[in-house]
Amino acid sequence: MSILGTRVVRTEDPLLLTVGGTYVDDLRVPELAGAARVTFVRSPVAHALITGIDVAAAREAPGVVAVLTVADIDDLPPPPPAPEGEPPPGSEAAPLPMGGPWAEPLLAVDRVRFVGEPVAMVLTDDTYAGEDAAELVSVDYEPLPAVVDLDAAVGGETLLFPAAGTNVAVTAGGPADGSAFDGCDVVVERTIVNQRLAPVSMEGRATAASWADGKLTVWVSTQNAQISRFIFAGAFGLDPAAIRVVAPDVGGAFGAKIGADRDAILVAWAAKHTGRAVRWVETRSENLVGMTHGRAQRQHIKIGGTRDGRILAYRNEVIQDTGAYPRMSGFLPFLTGLMASGPYDIGHVETANRVVVTNTTPISAYRGAGRPEATAAVERAVDLFAAEIGMDPAEVRRINLVPPDKFPYSSGGGAVYDSGEYVKALDQVLTAAGYEELRAEQARRRERGDPLQLGIGLASYVEITAADAAGGETAKVMVHDDGTATVYTGSSAHGQGHHTAWAMLVQGELGIPMERVTVLHGDTDLVPLGTGTYASRSLQLGGTAVHLAAVDVKEQARAVAADLLEASAPDLELDTERGVWQVRGDPASSRTWAEVAAHAGPDGLAADANFTDGQPTFPFGTHLAVVELDTETGKVALIRHVTVDDAGTVLNPLLAEGQRHGGIAQGAAQALLEEMVYDADGNPVTGTLVDYAIVTAAELPSFELLSSETPATSNPLGAKGIGEAGTIGATPAVQNAVVDAVSHLGIRHLDMPATPARVWAAINEATARTATREGQ
Amino acid sequence: MIPAPFTYKRASSVDEAVDLVARDGEDAKFLAGGHSLLPLMKLRLAVPQTLVDIGRLGELSYIRDEGDHIAVGAATTHGELASSGLLGRDLPLLAHAAGQVGDPQVRHCGTIGGSLAHADPAADLPAVVLALDATLVARGPAGSREIAAADFFRGLFETALEPGELLTEIRIGKPAAPGWAFQKFTKRAIDWAIVGVAVQGGRVALVNMDQTPVRAVAVESALADGAAPAEAAAHAAAGTSPSEDLNATRAYREHLARVLVRRALEAAQAAG
Ligand SMILES: Cc1cc2nc3c(=O)[nH]c(=O)nc-3n(C[C@H](O)[C@H](O)[C@H](O)COP(=O)(O)OP(=O)(O)OC[C@H]3O[C@@H](n4cnc5c(N)ncnc54)[C@H](O)[C@@H]3O)c2cc1C
Repeated sequence: MSILGTRVVRTEDPLLLTVGGTYVDDLRVPELAGAARVTFVRSPVAHALITGIDVAAAREAPGVVAVLTVADIDDLPPPPPAPEGEPPPGSEAAPLPMGGPWAEPLLAVDRVRFVGEPVAMVLTDDTYAGEDAAELVSVDYEPLPAVVDLDAAVGGETLLFPAAGTNVAVTAGGPADGSAFDGCDVVVERTIVNQRLAPVSMEGRATAASWADGKLTVWVSTQNAQISRFIFAGAFGLDPAAIRVVAPDVGGAFGAKIGADRDAILVAWAAKHTGRAVRWVETRSENLVGMTHGRAQRQHIKIGGTRDGRILAYRNEVIQDTGAYPRMSGFLPFLTGLMASGPYDIGHVETANRVVVTNTTPISAYRGAGRPEATAAVERAVDLFAAEIGMDPAEVRRINLVPPDKFPYSSGGGAVYDSGEYVKALDQVLTAAGYEELRAEQARRRERGDPLQLGIGLASYVEITAADAAGGETAKVMVHDDGTATVYTGSSAHGQGHHTAWAMLVQGELGIPMERVTVLHGDTDLVPLGTGTYASRSLQLGGTAVHLAAVDVKEQARAVAADLLEASAPDLELDTERGVWQVRGDPASSRTWAEVAAHAGPDGLAADANFTDGQPTFPFGTHLAVVELDTETGKVALIRHVTVDDAGTVLNPLLAEGQRHGGIAQGAAQALLEEMVYDADGNPVTGTLVDYAIVTAAELPSFELLSSETPATSNPLGAKGIGEAGTIGATPAVQNAVVDAVSHLGIRHLDMPATPARVWAAINEATARTATREGQ
Repeated sequence: MIPAPFTYKRASSVDEAVDLVARDGEDAKFLAGGHSLLPLMKLRLAVPQTLVDIGRLGELSYIRDEGDHIAVGAATTHGELASSGLLGRDLPLLAHAAGQVGDPQVRHCGTIGGSLAHADPAADLPAVVLALDATLVARGPAGSREIAAADFFRGLFETALEPGELLTEIRIGKPAAPGWAFQKFTKRAIDWAIVGVAVQGGRVALVNMDQTPVRAVAVESALADGAAPAEAAAHAAAGTSPSEDLNATRAYREHLARVLVRRALEAAQAAG
């Protein structure tokens, strides 16, 4: 039996769970012996002019190696000129990061734009001295009004980038076409908030660097070592060949470690500038304001259709808060627009977006990156529509989901969905959850006025994975003369289980047992070209590259084995159970991989692959959440969560379920708990993990994961992405469940997170409204 | 997240601890479980010059039946309180509430003495000792004295302890008045209470409804007058002055106090 598709336990875990991984802070390589510690001096204010920086006292402090400000950055090439003008409306991504008037400096020049922005760097012999010396750096700030509110940002009374003349960095999409909604019996519209989240990866950001003999080596906690190398090359005007980037074990990222950010560039620069090896590992306080945040959209949704449940028109108008600098968030609302209409067959779809800067931490990708925002909006819209026409939300979904005979389906948002069984996924979930009985129990509780009300929430979704499939992914597979194999992959893992998955692919194709397969990644000396892990792209692109390289090696081996066995190549077969080559039907004649590799000549058995023929894929599914809501206190408990997440052919159900588990947890957390809050002056209110409430196991039920596999048609593995399905499906399902639990009180919408205070306030208001109405 | 420099001293006895702190004056602090003090130091909100560690003093870690009362050493951890058979039988309120503090790691390190001395209005055990009408024993350079729990909490993070005074023991009279309950309302299992209620017999104390833990006097007197739980609970917020924060407005806290007190009184009645 093939190992593919089986529940192989992660080979990464024994080490991670016992002695632990080797993260940037744990590296004990000779190049980093005696490395100085970097401590950043960060802006304590959201918006101010810098009128002076005095580093004299800090330079004198004990243990200080150097104190660096923007004045010391005199050895870098000028940034490349910005492309002219704004991107054309509706175009692909804005150039990222946006340069020109929006350019983001490395260290603050004469203005700070968010709490946490790097202003100076202190290099010391040890960490403790660094924090003390950093306190001695005296920066004069002349406060400016902070822009936090989105309307204030659009209004533009205070500008973050005066040279830009506006706070709106990108405007795209067409004006509302009212006529599209004219033919609808029912139109509902509403402004909703997809709140700002902090990624809170277990390992924060970390970078170490050394500069010796004209070669820069950077160890960085990143999702993409190879992309980082090109970023460093650009920033320093160095030939990429002079740079080695290593991503050692990376303790989570969720999109916030794509490439290398300004802090990482600064650390590498400090090594090059001072000649001393340096290391920086951020604290949790730094992480919560310094690592990019995610989501942060305000959406105006409008949905219209017929009284019998057919949706005819939908519009989603997004204001994307991009924080202080337009990094990748200049692009995120385009993904929101692309996936706007979700899995529904809607005749008329409109999207528009504006990207505005505010005096807050920059926004970037966060598990789903623009797609959870699209799904949250349309799933709320569908429920609002269902409530308005008085139809069961499951029924409205069934009526409007794209039917199987319409694939490939061109969506109103502009995507071409490859394959799907959307209605089937919905029905599978409804049946497994016992939907009818849940509704009956809900009715009983309402009837008897139970303080613990039941809420049932649905979210059907389709998402896009490997959106940048054309960027490809690399792999190299070698088989050695001891019968072992090595896989070099451009897809840098940070928790997903690539080592397990890639070794399974090699065993499946070549019959070399997994434990004899070594997987190497995240070192540009070993793997110079590659793209990395993000956008749920790894298996379908990186895995396919491994598969293709393995197939290539297999064909090379066939020729070699034919020579060994004095047979003709087409007569040979590989017995993948025993891992041996033999003449078809003659097991006695077999040759092992070691024998074949030894006979292969000087180049051995090796093949490179770069899979660039892939297409984006469109995983889909349905989530059903059940919550119990205490109407006396407003507290919500998620008590069941049932899902179908169809990601094509599954290589290893354990790995796929792990991704679903984590994603559902994060999705439920957005719906119920998490929000990065700023006060009116731009100070983070949730700057510690006491106030920024990440979810724990105690708040979550055991998830009920159903399986469904509709193979992708655009890669030989049939794989679609699974990494982000959880946040995409779970967030709106849980949010819809909360609203459903109080819908009998006349509540149609609650913004996330549904904290007890917010839920109670809504109940209170609804009760007061009813009382007034009854009093009249 | 990196504290300012400080000197660390480990005391080998209560006497030595009191001595060491007396010698360094204002700038010295006792260190027990460190689960309130160290976070403050890491944020540089507290900058003591000297820490005198009492966390591992065996003579401060015990739970004893003294006949007419139960004596708890100040350095007894929340985890030890929660798992104590003696408390489980004779003072379940204390054991149960200690089991609700933070998470297992916090309960493993944090101590009852540290929690009381820190006097965070959002902490659980201060309200519990109020509801138990406990007596606290403090030792200073001048000797030992007893302080009634009702007199101990003076203000936000402020207690009746004099500078240099060490809390050594908590005494709770036996038998406890019948009927107890503890209600802790949080967003997540590991959180501090948004509002909490401790009930023992007719005494009702509130967590996070004022600058200090407070007795719900109006509820207690309604109960004494024979009011039913729901009636008495209507007075739960009377005379309190809860703060507003990310988790709750004042009105919400007042509402929660009424709901939780009612639930606690009903539970206590059922248990009693
Ligand atoms: C993540 C987390 C979650 C938490 N959740 C909760 C919760 O839900 N509920 C709750 O009640 N608490 C909670 N806490 C606080 C925890 O209970 C602390 O352990 C406790 O408040 C302080 O006890 P400690 O032994 O750690 O004291 P320390 O931190 O060592 O000391 C606290 C203060 O008391 C002084 N001190 C300590 N012992 C004595 C003594 N014997 N005499 C005089 N002064 C003394 C110290 O000098 C210091 O000023 C939490 C803490 C953390 C880190």
